[in-house]
Amino acid sequence: MSEEATATIDQETKQAIDIDRSKGDFTFPERHKYDAGVGLNAKTIDYISDVKDDPAWVREFRHKALKTFLDKPMPTNWAPKDIENIDFDVIRYYLSDGERPKRSWDDVPPEVLETFERLGVPEQERAYLAGVEAQYDSEAAYSNMHEELREQGVIFVNSTEGLKEHEEIFRPWFGKVIPTGDNKFSALNSAVFSGGSFIYIPKGLKLKQPLQAYFRINSENFGQFERTLIIADEGAEIMYMEGCTAPKFETATLHSAVVELVALKGAKIQYVTVQNWSSNVFNMVTKRGLAMEDAEVRWIDCNIGSRLTMKYPGVVMRGERARGEVISIALANTGQTQDTGAKMVHAANHTTSNVVSKSISVGEGNSTYRGQVHIPKHLKGCKNNTECDALLINSNSRTDTYPAITVKGNQHATQHEASVSQVSEEMLFYMQQRGIDEGHAMSLAVNGFINDLVREFPMEYSVELKRLIDLEMEGSVG
Amino acid sequence: MSLKINNLHACLEDGTEILKGTTLEVPTGEVHAIMGPNGSGKSTLSKVIAGHEDYQVTSGSVTLDDEDILEMGIDERSRAGIFLAFQYPAEVPGVSNANFIRAALQARMPEGEELDAVAYYKDLYAKMDLLEMDRKFTARAVNEGFSGGEKKRNEILQMMMLDPKYCIMDETDSGLDIDALKIVARGVNAMRSPDRGMLLITHYQRLLDYIKPDYVHVMSAGKIVKSGGPELALELEKHGYDFLKEAALA
Repeated sequence: MSEEATATIDQETKQAIDIDRSKGDFTFPERHKYDAGVGLNAKTIDYISDVKDDPAWVREFRHKALKTFLDKPMPTNWAPKDIENIDFDVIRYYLSDGERPKRSWDDVPPEVLETFERLGVPEQERAYLAGVEAQYDSEAAYSNMHEELREQGVIFVNSTEGLKEHEEIFRPWFGKVIPTGDNKFSALNSAVFSGGSFIYIPKGLKLKQPLQAYFRINSENFGQFERTLIIADEGAEIMYMEGCTAPKFETATLHSAVVELVALKGAKIQYVTVQNWSSNVFNMVTKRGLAMEDAEVRWIDCNIGSRLTMKYPGVVMRGERARGEVISIALANTGQTQDTGAKMVHAANHTTSNVVSKSISVGEGNSTYRGQVHIPKHLKGCKNNTECDALLINSNSRTDTYPAITVKGNQHATQHEASVSQVSEEMLFYMQQRGIDEGHAMSLAVNGFINDLVREFPMEYSVELKRLIDLEMEGSVG
Repeated sequence: MSLKINNLHACLEDGTEILKGTTLEVPTGEVHAIMGPNGSGKSTLSKVIAGHEDYQVTSGSVTLDDEDILEMGIDERSRAGIFLAFQYPAEVPGVSNANFIRAALQARMPEGEELDAVAYYKDLYAKMDLLEMDRKFTARAVNEGFSGGEKKRNEILQMMMLDPKYCIMDETDSGLDIDALKIVARGVNAMRSPDRGMLLITHYQRLLDYIKPDYVHVMSAGKIVKSGGPELALELEKHGYDFLKEAALA
């Protein structure tokens, strides 16, 4: 794209997108009809199942998951130390006003509407989205998509509605890409999940505009556990985008989602995340996609904010010639740990995976890349490319890389590159000599570092991304 | 109106004194050249004026139109009107030239005002044409993978775009072939103006064949030891810097 075109779009999208850290930092008084109370036990599960009127199989699924959760130890042997500070006994696991999601913004309660308006969601919907789901604490407040998509057989509802109204499609895949016992947090989510999206794209249908979900935490001591399942039938294509914010509370908040993607033969799913959590959120998310023959799953992931994020989007390439990709950007500021990476499991011949990760550590921020690539011996013609680059802004910033590439057999091609760089004094001097102050010079350097990845984001999100980074860099110098 | 350097002393962090009482005045409307052997402090002088933090000014003054700039930050000095064309310009990976120059211009705008993008590109392209630079250049990352000649041209382009009151060019001729040198000189000459002062730092007379200075100064051991007209450069070309030693002995 030419520079001029970028310049004009910049202007337009600037008006459409108006989300930043300070904008997310507001809250409304709670008016919850349903509150599961503090702490987690079998009664909490029954409370949630009662309120949601779960079918028996879901209630049973939840109870089993609770047991798995309680039995599983915390991954303290390898996880960042701060994980031990998550106190499961002080969190509220379900909060809602008992309303079904509205199809029109006019029917959404005023303070919820105001929240999403301040975050720019309705404008984005009008500007470029095929459908939106807006979740407020445990449940979606709004959910709608273009009528013609409904007529073409697209399903875009929350998980509760998905499992009840579309059980025949939902149930065969639910918990199959990410089993309950995958890790402690997937078990937790499986026990108390609420909200998130269920999407089905019929055979051969290629969505031209993205669907979007926005996850908003409004309440203190709260845990948000959305559950998303996206199924793209043979030859279908979809781009799904999610955004997240929460206000800054005194106490820690927990966000622990499970996202499962299923791309059937020849299908293509792109899942784009721009998360901007406030600095007290523990963000423990499990995301994995299954790619069948000739299918493609791409995770495009940007992690800004949170206190601790642990997230390793993965792709299981089960069909021949399937492709998996993770493009990720993480920015860790002082007091934050971004422990992110990718997991690529090659399970068929001639499958290809690509991982490009860029992390930025600012101040005393700590960023870690943790990758896993698995290519078993009996396969042939598999390819993996892994690149991880880290940029350190200050001398006390920290970055670590733990790539684990297991390749058995000799008919494969893998490539791994890693680099660590720093914004040099000479580069800063050069930029400042042109009249650019230190903060802006840092922002330029950081934006330059991630520039090639930002292009992978939809235009609307890349503009927001640049703005978020500018905001993060503003306070980091001087 | 002038850039005035008065009895300037500056040293490195380890205490090594590089500038040992440099005195020089560059009024607007004039082009001055500083020549001198390697290690005489020419490049250091340019960096100290720009505010490089590797050097500490121990005494003396630098004023821009009678305003003390030694207390200003690097970026403030730039916005006040000092431009330094670097001998070895830094690379800024991932940041396009167009965005970089735009950021520098934006930094000069009053709070809340945005640069007019259309006018900006028009101006940029006109100046690139003068310097015979390919349009593709705008999208390339600043100095990344540039040849020596491209880097120098880029410095002159930035100088033309930022329109500074005082231009300091550090070894702008080094690494240039004769054709590139002519193009760079064309850019610099186009900027000569009664409202602008220029200071060329060079090791060789060659540059001065294309950019005619009004005054030539010889620097040695951190001081200006001799000043004169353009003929001084020719004299240096003929006799080399050995005469400095002779002068010192005499």
